[in-house]
Amino acid sequence: MSILTCSNLTKRFGSTTALDGISFSIEPGRVVGLLGPNGSGKTTFIKLCNGLLTPTDGTVKIDSMSPGVETKKIVSYLPENSYFNDWMKVQDMLAFFSDFYSDFDAARAVEMLRSLGIAPSAQIKSLSKGTKEKVQLILVMARKAKLYLLDEPIGGVDPAVRDYILHTIIKNYNPEASVIISTHLIADVEPVLDEVIFLKNGQIVLHEDVDTLREEKNMSVDQLFREEFKCLEN
Amino acid sequence: MAWQFDTDRPIYKQLKERILLKIVSGEYGAGTQLPTVRELAEQAAVNPNTLQKALTDLERDGLVYALRTSGRFVTEDKALVRKAKDTLAAEVIDQFLDQMEAIGYTADEAAALIQHTKERK
Repeated sequence: MSILTCSNLTKRFGSTTALDGISFSIEPGRVVGLLGPNGSGKTTFIKLCNGLLTPTDGTVKIDSMSPGVETKKIVSYLPENSYFNDWMKVQDMLAFFSDFYSDFDAARAVEMLRSLGIAPSAQIKSLSKGTKEKVQLILVMARKAKLYLLDEPIGGVDPAVRDYILHTIIKNYNPEASVIISTHLIADVEPVLDEVIFLKNGQIVLHEDVDTLREEKNMSVDQLFREEFKCLEN
Repeated sequence: MAWQFDTDRPIYKQLKERILLKIVSGEYGAGTQLPTVRELAEQAAVNPNTLQKALTDLERDGLVYALRTSGRFVTEDKALVRKAKDTLAAEVIDQFLDQMEAIGYTADEAAALIQHTKERK
């Protein structure tokens, strides 16, 4: 059964259409790249899945449920922006997550923090932007969720940490759980993806298995993306 | 260290080639157990589903077999491994000859050159 299904999902902000009637589903155990240029609707889609926005039309269902309290128990969400409070320590965030999510594995989070050399006693305020992102990703990945929604998880970190993040995604792989990664850094995520969804102006222009794509087009997903979204020359 | 891949060819095919190379070279000896999908996927830094697909392909070719409870093993059929090795060698030679032809050598001239290089060493 699909872990996520959306049908005719539409979101308008005034006269702007951010998502224009998209329909697709994601099966369990898949790692999906949600790819598209800036302003193509990636974040809007992820926010709809989290109930942070409500659809103008159409539906999105997570494990057959509309986004709400029940889906938040099974969805682990990495937002684009940090929501940490500067006065907190890393360990306060661990306690926060332990309180909030029954599927949070604190021991695992501590282990991951250690492997990246981040002290639990560190003040959030004292962390660099990249380190904050790492902490946030660790918290999100240390949950045993059914669906991980990662909005630009690798945008602000250096290549070594990028590798660590992708490694973490592979290591955490669970055939029951799916991961949706929104990004425009395609070359970096390519090896870990099962399928890709290309968004353009709020519509799906492509939804395909990545190895099928490489086989049929003899092109990497990155090349295909550049082709598809080529900026017009003048 | 993650394995390197050509990005314009299916990754599962390249994974299959890598694992096959380890089998024919004896790194994964006949009858030995392969690392788990998870371990191999981590090593290669690829999606476990993709790795699974590569192993399934090797299974279909008979080079690898799965036991329900204890994992995957390299075939004990040495003749089959030998055949895979020969096929691989033939491919490498074909490629080499194509390149030599592009430079302007016939197959015979290329062979003579190899002999010559070998003697000099």
